Amino acid sequence: MEKSQLYAAITAIVPEAVTAEGKQFPEVTVTPGNVRSVMGRLKEEPSLSFDILVCLTGMDYGTDLGVVYHLRSYTFNHMVVVKTRIPDRENPAIDSVCSIFPGAEFHEREVYDLLGIKFNDHPDLRRLFLESTWGYPLRKDYKDDVNIVLK
Amino acid sequence: MEVKEKKVGLENEEYIINMGPQHPSTHGVLRLVVALKGEIVQRVEPHIGYIHRGIEKMCENLTYQQIIHLTDRMDYLSAHINNEAVCLAVENALEIEVPERVKYIRTIMSELTRIQSHQLFWATFGMDLGGLTCFFYGLRDREKILDIFEESCGGRMIVSYNTPGGLMNDIHPNFQNRVKEFLKYFRGVIHEYDDLLTGNVIFQERSKGMGVMTLEQAIAWGLTGPTGRASGFSCDIRKHNPYSAYDKVTFREILYTEGDVFHRYLARMEEMRESMNIIDQLIDNIPEGPYTAKMKPVIKLPEGEYFQSVETARGELGVYIVSDGNKNPFRVKFRSPNFVNLAPLNLMASGSKIADLVAIGGSLDLIIPDIDR
Repeated sequence: MEKSQLYAAITAIVPEAVTAEGKQFPEVTVTPGNVRSVMGRLKEEPSLSFDILVCLTGMDYGTDLGVVYHLRSYTFNHMVVVKTRIPDRENPAIDSVCSIFPGAEFHEREVYDLLGIKFNDHPDLRRLFLESTWGYPLRKDYKDDVNIVLK
Repeated sequence: MEVKEKKVGLENEEYIINMGPQHPSTHGVLRLVVALKGEIVQRVEPHIGYIHRGIEKMCENLTYQQIIHLTDRMDYLSAHINNEAVCLAVENALEIEVPERVKYIRTIMSELTRIQSHQLFWATFGMDLGGLTCFFYGLRDREKILDIFEESCGGRMIVSYNTPGGLMNDIHPNFQNRVKEFLKYFRGVIHEYDDLLTGNVIFQERSKGMGVMTLEQAIAWGLTGPTGRASGFSCDIRKHNPYSAYDKVTFREILYTEGDVFHRYLARMEEMRESMNIIDQLIDNIPEGPYTAKMKPVIKLPEGEYFQSVETARGELGVYIVSDGNKNPFRVKFRSPNFVNLAPLNLMASGSKIADLVAIGGSLDLIIPDIDR
């Protein structure tokens, strides 16, 4: 499928999301509440079938937090990027996609560990790398006087 | 009578043991908390983070040339391929066309890296299952590749040979001869690997039918590399999204359908042979020319997001760079293959014997610094 065709097909399947053609891959921006239904539709639609979760990234944009999903299709070998932004920095939460992609379990634990984003309905949401008393080091306002020396 | 009753009670009780973080078969500091009923594994829970260095956070304060040196230290057996991933992402973002010579040398180096990684896999996997001879044979041959690296790159394991735009320096004049010598030598001895382990009845009994992942499970969990391909999951980035000089060579993607420990092992054995075929096609045709493109000393990526996947010895390494236009990246994420391949360990090992957990863990060929990052 050509890139413009793919973009049109994605736009048709997720009408509530903001889509952009993107430099590399088509980009879909959704609200945190919609992420599970959008990802489910992208996976189930036979002409798209995004069935592999390649990468799940937690982001700190400075003002708000976010999660970025890279999906790939086994059948067609095309990719899409799904993005969400969570404005609440104090108590950020988003729906887990573990029920759609079981491989997301570790990814989401990593994001919870390093950015403090909670995933609703995650089967086992615990910190992955760090101790429970540690802060959230990938946040831009994280301070560590010992290990991070600012120039 | 009383003693007997107690014994019966114990058999039905679940108990928890710690495997690691210093267990020799975990190849690093991976701690597995295993719930056992008798000798049967009920649950496996990986505890990771013992060598978490915060590489992603460190990258935010480094320039793109400096990041290269950190990627070596993630999957230290695929150091060259990790470097290449970041370099390709930066070059794609800047829309720089690297010289043909660089592409050829990168591909040859990547395949040599793959061979030495699989050699070490073979060596340690044999050792895990009780064949110590494998360890000596594997390291004997791996040393020859490390010598080739040392001659051209300066480093043996942590090479840092790639840099955005090209290579750190040109190959040694002796490089082509040394590689051809090695290929001739290794073709002559690789049958020893099969004689020692592949055809061994004890080894086959211990590995066939263990830790099976079906194709559907492999896709759902996103397994990549030989681990995924043993389940029939066609996921070779070199084939599907070719980079460097992989579009100029013909090679087979090794696929099996069984998805057990034995076929994961077999996939790596066959990949070594395929890698030698790839090097054969390139080694005599390295074009003349510069070894690096013209680059500015300070690299600033245009604002945007860049994603690049490469095929390391263990699977797909994804590099996701978000740039805000400065000389440091805004955010770097490494999608490491080991992290993803470890996740379904519980699924693979539940129901098997505790001794087979070693075989299943070994067949994933885990590198712990790549999991923790």
